[in-house]
Amino acid sequence: MVPITTFHYLVVAAILFVLGVMGVLLRRNLVIALMSVELILSAVNLNLVAFSRMWGNLHGQAFAIFITVDAVAQTIAGLGILIAFFGNHETGQ
Amino acid sequence: MNSTLNSGVASVSAPFFYLLAGLAIFGGVLVITRRSAVHSALALMGTLLAVAGLYSTLSAPFVAGVQIIVYAGGIVLLFLFAIMAVNIERSDRDGRFRRMWPAVLVASCGLLGWFLYAFAKSRALFPNRMMTLPVSSNVQDIATMLYGETGKTGEYTLAFEVASLLLLAAIVGAVIMTRKKADTAINPATALATDPAKE
Repeated sequence: MVPITTFHYLVVAAILFVLGVMGVLLRRNLVIALMSVELILSAVNLNLVAFSRMWGNLHGQAFAIFITVDAVAQTIAGLGILIAFFGNHETGQ
Repeated sequence: MNSTLNSGVASVSAPFFYLLAGLAIFGGVLVITRRSAVHSALALMGTLLAVAGLYSTLSAPFVAGVQIIVYAGGIVLLFLFAIMAVNIERSDRDGRFRRMWPAVLVASCGLLGWFLYAFAKSRALFPNRMMTLPVSSNVQDIATMLYGETGKTGEYTLAFEVASLLLLAAIVGAVIMTRKKADTAINPATALATDPAKE
């Protein structure tokens, strides 16, 4: 069996990234578009952690934690804008 | 950080990796294809948990724990609350995809192909190795980078403080954006009386 290398993780992250891009561009539903942005950020995190392991230092993991914080802030702002625009009775197209 | 060279062989067993990667990609496909937003949120949770498993195979237990607690716990819950607050289910009445979906599909596959081509071309540039990071002191090492040791600040202390400011700004912004009109916000009784859900 082929040993798992950094390359394998990069391929998985690339597929997740492209799925996220497709979700943002394709879906009419705004909440699902925001979820797709989470997929993109997750793919970036996976790349960073894989490279962190490849080089044997922890900078990638520290960056991944900051990107997680960033994703949280982005989700809060995005869903806040969504609720402010569409309220309780409109549809979120 | 005392890393030892592992001569190109990762410590993760291949079937485990392929299981986690398959779960992550399958969940990602479900996120962008399900009609119901709630189903998408649950699929997103599955994807994020599988990615957390991938982190733990990359000797990053702390990032894996943060992923589970913050992403799979917090963000998915936030999405579910937002789906509950905004009546999103009706919005897919005229098709869940935009009309330009064939072009997006072609462009996305082109992007993926370009990524894979770039990876394959540059594979020789990457060192074909996986270092073994010390797992038992992982949390302590990351904490040293973020907060510093006694007497000196860490490499990422400033970034840590800026991140806390960013979170504070996001929270204040969300509170200001989502509150009701000023007169109803002051008095909880009138705010309850004009609740549109009760109409």
